[in-house]
Amino acid sequence: MRFKILLILLPMLFVLPIGDVRAEAYPSTYAPLPSEPTLITHATILTGTGERLDDASLLISNGKIVFAGKGEVPAGVKTIDATGRWVTPGLIDVHSHLGVYASPNVEANSDGNEMTNPATPNVWAEHSIWPQDPGFSRALAGGITSLQVLPGSGNLIGGRGVTLKNVYSNSYQGMKFPGAPYGLKMACGENPKRVYGERKQMPSTRMGNMAAYRAQWIEAQRYIDDWAAYEKKLAANEDDAKAPERDLGMETLAGVLNGEIIVHMHCYRADEMLTILDMADEFNYKVGAFHHGVEAYKIADQLAEHGVCGALWADWWGFKMEAYDGIQENIALVDRPQGSCAIVHSDDAEGIQRLNQEAAKAMGSGNRAGLNIPPERAIAWITSNAAKSLGIEDRTGSLEAGKMADVVIWNGNPFSVYAKADHVYIDGALVYDRENPDLQPVSDFELGQLQGASK
Amino acid sequence: MNCLKTLLIGFLASLSLAAQADAILIRGASVHTMTGDGILENTDVLISGGKIQAIGKDLPVPEDVVQVFNAEGKPLTPGFFAGITSIGITEVSAVDESSDFGLALKEMRPEFDVAPAYNPNSSLVPVTRIEGFSFTLLGAAPEGTIFGGQGQLVLLDGGYQSFIGSPVLFISVGRNASSLSGGSRAGQWMLLNQAMLEADNPPSSTETALLTRAGRGTLSAFANGGKVVFNVDRASDILETLRFAEKYGLDLVISGGREAWMVAEQLAAAKVPVLLDPLANLPSDFDTLGSRLDNAALLEAAGVVVAISGAGSHNARKQRQLAGNAVSYGLPHEAGIAALTSNPARIFGVSDQQGSIRQDTPANVVLWSGDPLDVTSAAEMVVIDGQLIPMESRQTKLRDRYLPENPEMPRAYIKP
Repeated sequence: MRFKILLILLPMLFVLPIGDVRAEAYPSTYAPLPSEPTLITHATILTGTGERLDDASLLISNGKIVFAGKGEVPAGVKTIDATGRWVTPGLIDVHSHLGVYASPNVEANSDGNEMTNPATPNVWAEHSIWPQDPGFSRALAGGITSLQVLPGSGNLIGGRGVTLKNVYSNSYQGMKFPGAPYGLKMACGENPKRVYGERKQMPSTRMGNMAAYRAQWIEAQRYIDDWAAYEKKLAANEDDAKAPERDLGMETLAGVLNGEIIVHMHCYRADEMLTILDMADEFNYKVGAFHHGVEAYKIADQLAEHGVCGALWADWWGFKMEAYDGIQENIALVDRPQGSCAIVHSDDAEGIQRLNQEAAKAMGSGNRAGLNIPPERAIAWITSNAAKSLGIEDRTGSLEAGKMADVVIWNGNPFSVYAKADHVYIDGALVYDRENPDLQPVSDFELGQLQGASK
Repeated sequence: MNCLKTLLIGFLASLSLAAQADAILIRGASVHTMTGDGILENTDVLISGGKIQAIGKDLPVPEDVVQVFNAEGKPLTPGFFAGITSIGITEVSAVDESSDFGLALKEMRPEFDVAPAYNPNSSLVPVTRIEGFSFTLLGAAPEGTIFGGQGQLVLLDGGYQSFIGSPVLFISVGRNASSLSGGSRAGQWMLLNQAMLEADNPPSSTETALLTRAGRGTLSAFANGGKVVFNVDRASDILETLRFAEKYGLDLVISGGREAWMVAEQLAAAKVPVLLDPLANLPSDFDTLGSRLDNAALLEAAGVVVAISGAGSHNARKQRQLAGNAVSYGLPHEAGIAALTSNPARIFGVSDQQGSIRQDTPANVVLWSGDPLDVTSAAEMVVIDGQLIPMESRQTKLRDRYLPENPEMPRAYIKP
């Protein structure tokens, strides 16, 4: 509950760092690209809120959704006949490493994991993003309009993640989703204990993982207390009011404890996820989403009760011990309880291009297990539920009036291997058109390569 | 559909895992023969004694038929090819002691062969086959050297010795030029040439030898028309590979082939097939700048035989999605199915056993709920080597353990 209130306050909290009046650092410079009012007609619309509208219209204007369904249409508006086509909210991938593990994935571009200390809450993934990653353009062709770029999972606390609009820019600031809360990447299980255990360093066990996280939270609580004490003295005009030393890592952890930063927890095993939820209770913070959660289906009820999202793969399993119990019904089973928040994520430069296909597989597996999931429900896994876990559901992730006009027109039912995004709109701007090469961005890296190749 | 499911469930319940189906009659399927006969609509297929006994309309029901499946027009295809995998030679990739797919000796050992490590009781075998896959090529991964070693095709019927076809040699060239090849891809060719020379002319005792006696024997055997899979992506490296294979008489298959479309004509002229991953469209490195989604379509149009490989071992079932995407980007639908059936069977010399639905050949067929290449459809019935496969795996059992809501006792007591 506390979390929900905080989410509403987030835009305000976001610019109020602890105990200081520092302005937002590395602010977003994103501005919507030019757009014109557009009416899409005769489409099958999946709203992202659980509704399917047949032979319906969608009006976007000034970068916002005006209506989905029926409504008043101004004269002379550009109209697209989408007969036989489907319209969905722009897809959102909550777990990407585009930019930080960019293509070409040569060592020089490997900037996703600061594996020099098991706890690096002081690093920010955005400072590793190479905005010329060709992967952004591929994801756009797959209908991705927003994505969260996270640090890797080598560390217990990997650092801040950032939510981006999927537009090309010379800087990540030009992609940064305005006002989106930061994420904090944390990781359970095998990866941190392997990376540091091999160096004969803590953590080398799962109990070591827990002890190390807890030590960090205790330190963060102290940091908050120190600043509060300082503020109090300052307010009372006491002479010995001395500001504590600024600590980047503690600022981030304090941001979590204050509800400004959302924890995205890489965690595979059911028992570990439950232990993490206990830790969140111990230190009074909220886990936004468990990522990967290959065993999330075993604790679907508890996840729903705690209001924690599960950001999952459709079918990955077996690549390591903690991924051994993966089943293809995972997402559908996590989706089953009341109040659930199932998400399909990619964690992959290939998967992000076909999030709709990943959702389709999960939907198909669920339906074969008798879970009766129609497309209008499954679409939430890659739109509104994803937006919810990123704290941006009041702005995007569905086709409700007033939201950002982040929209995809598909050539047919998106839950098919043959589906392609015809048009992708971000804030009402047509940023990808499958039929028009002029509206298909190409990164600097790819420009002018392979001049000898035919076709 | 429900009718079929009921029949299937009832039938499977009466079968033990090892039970041999006697005769099976599949009624009214859309039969993708993958032969000159094309697709036969509303056609029956009779399986008995491990073989396809008859294909035709309204076949009479022989006395030994124990089960009739009403396909209701759904597609029946040959069993699919799972690609080059480590199914049965790895259980958990990151658990070293359960993985046997590569030789970490720091020397060139083309005689290394993964087949003796194959374990048909691996959980990956049922996980893969119930998704419609009947055979795979066990790969040998190079661990820092050019030669991966040898692998072989294996049927996913669970047999200990279900190998088919001849051994295949794996060689990797290109970007991964390691310290073992002097850090240069030119060094790789130098060493490969030296190895081929050694095969026929053992080095004198004063010379530094690359190969053991067994390794020389292996290379010598492959030099006389043996099947060699070269993992190579860059167009110029593919052309170099064509020259090398011609020089030493290798029966070449390209695997990877990200830039194969750029040299499609040369590949077609040399009759060299390509195993590829149709989803690979990113410049992952400087060998793959030409990666594109229509690689399969362009190669096929140029007359190159294409097969799908690239979904890995645990998720080999994703091969269908790979083929579907190739079709989505221009490969004709039937060519997409061929890339998972008749083409790999042809490439690896097992067309008499896999990849088609033909009378008097071993029965490897799959009945699908819908388009076999689409992501929402699934295999409903799988027959491998005439044997009806129980549609169960460790994963279906985990699913069935966790599907019931609010059990009174811990789920450890639910044993599907």
